[in-house]
Amino acid sequence: MLTTLAGVLFDGFAYGMLLFLMSVGLSVTLGLMNFTNLAHGSFAMLGGYVVVVLTERAGWPFLATLPAAFLITAAVSVVFERLLFSRFYRRSELDQVLVTIGLVFMATAAAAYLFGTVQQPVQVPSFLRGAWNVEGVSIGVYRTFLIAVAVVIAVVLVVGLETTRLGQQIRAAVDNQRMARGLGIDVDKAFALTFAVGSGLAGLGGGLAVEWVGLDPAFGLHFLVYVLIVVSMGGLGSIGGSFAAAVLIGVGDMACKYYVPELGAFLIYALMVLLLFLRPQGLFGRR
Amino acid sequence: MTGAVVRPLPDPHAFLARRARWSAPEILFWLSTLLPFWLFPDYLSLASQIAVWALFAISVDLILGYAGIVTLGHAVFFGIGAYTAGLLGKHGWGEPLSGLLIAATAAAAVGFLISFFVVRARHLALLMITIGIVFMAREAANALHWITGGSDGLQGIRIDPVLGRFEFDLWGTTAYGYALAVLFVAFVFCRRLVNSPFGLALQGIRENPTRMLAIGSPMRWRLQQVFTFSAGLAGLAGAVLAQTTETVSLESLGFQRSADVVIMLILGGTGRLYGGILGAVIFLVARDQLSDVNPRYWYFWIGMLLIGVVLFMRDGLLGGLSRLWDRVRGRGA
Repeated sequence: MLTTLAGVLFDGFAYGMLLFLMSVGLSVTLGLMNFTNLAHGSFAMLGGYVVVVLTERAGWPFLATLPAAFLITAAVSVVFERLLFSRFYRRSELDQVLVTIGLVFMATAAAAYLFGTVQQPVQVPSFLRGAWNVEGVSIGVYRTFLIAVAVVIAVVLVVGLETTRLGQQIRAAVDNQRMARGLGIDVDKAFALTFAVGSGLAGLGGGLAVEWVGLDPAFGLHFLVYVLIVVSMGGLGSIGGSFAAAVLIGVGDMACKYYVPELGAFLIYALMVLLLFLRPQGLFGRR
Repeated sequence: MTGAVVRPLPDPHAFLARRARWSAPEILFWLSTLLPFWLFPDYLSLASQIAVWALFAISVDLILGYAGIVTLGHAVFFGIGAYTAGLLGKHGWGEPLSGLLIAATAAAAVGFLISFFVVRARHLALLMITIGIVFMAREAANALHWITGGSDGLQGIRIDPVLGRFEFDLWGTTAYGYALAVLFVAFVFCRRLVNSPFGLALQGIRENPTRMLAIGSPMRWRLQQVFTFSAGLAGLAGAVLAQTTETVSLESLGFQRSADVVIMLILGGTGRLYGGILGAVIFLVARDQLSDVNPRYWYFWIGMLLIGVVLFMRDGLLGGLSRLWDRVRGRGA
């Protein structure tokens, strides 16, 4: 009883870390520009395909593909940001939703065209496979690795946002964009950088997710919903909020699937709707 | 005219009456909807699908185009209407018109409950509430497979002849006539609604909510009213689909269906009722023609078209056409 609970908690936490990596970028960029980017999940999918292609077709070692997933996704996202999204910052929310969901459809169809609709496999190195048995609780090696990566990134993000000059500029712009511009901060540049890093992290999260949840063209839309749940519950522009919401959703989702599998993800959606009804600004949001 | 002249405020009733007048192109359009009976007798089931989707798109236009509520979850009400009508037909209540009314009422009742959630939130939270509700509904319908048939869909629906005379046939003649009649009646009602003081209040809320509150408009209540009405219309569309096809699938309350209807509306043009109809015609005819070529990649082109319309034609095809029309007329005068 207790050991299964501990197992669910561990797996849920690891799953939450995956969600955190995929959603933190969207949370910050939404807080910064109020740009509703539904294509964020598709960037995560791109990272997943980068990892699959590099390991399975180009023969790269798995660990080397992870930075590549980050960099390639970041580069691609910045191209989209400059060429397409930046035209929509002052447009209505509906236009932003439409243009990004158009992109989601294109990404899904393109993935189906290039890779087919089958699940893509990925080989992780042998030292990341298997599980430890701690007091009867199975602790997956790969999931531990996931948690370690996500925690390190969370710490780097928080420290970077608190102490570096760019971090201070981003925080200033999130709090009050007009004032920040008035003080001579190049908000557009800060935003493009944040967008690249955030999308890159989504790509990294997508790459890390393949081993666990698989990868097919529906990945982008499926995780988009989870990512949006995390972002809207955590509150915009808050790394700590995203972290807490991701852990909550990860553990909650695992627990639902383990204890009441017949309900599927129903309880997660119900929890989100209820929470947004009570607190439309999210758990930790200020606006 | 000099700048000093102050234009007198038009009489509001005369203004509304002028907007509500039927124009010749409108009458011609509705007459032309009868043409498929003679011109395309092989495509009548497609035509009846178009009528259903047009009605669904009009219901979304009321809240999205007129009241400015962005939703990606309206298929919930479409699905509730479809399942209600389907279950009635399956369990012996085969009379179609009363089935429609019951289905629309059920959808409107759920819509009223959900409207409390919808008017509280804005921006991302509002979007997420609509998405969350559609995913919840789908999970629930899947879990209740002993009622809904789950992923196999609801089978075994029997619908009596319409008015006791017109039996639903294999060629879709009755289906198209029935769907078209429902669409027309609902359209006349909606047209009356948007050209009423109530319709003006909705557009005011879309344009400037703060000001509407300041002049004393009960904003939340207005939004709840239109949301409930729109949910009922969506349920009506779903019920017509269930009755004419005698089957209901799980997709009828999915996210994809919610997104599809918004896409149709955007392609056609929001805030003018006819936009939804035009969008449904283009979307479904294109899908019918293109899906033979490459079914899986159809959404690539839809996505591209959507981005193109949002980038270059902000008020949809109908908006573009009406600008063109204005220019032609301006030159002629």
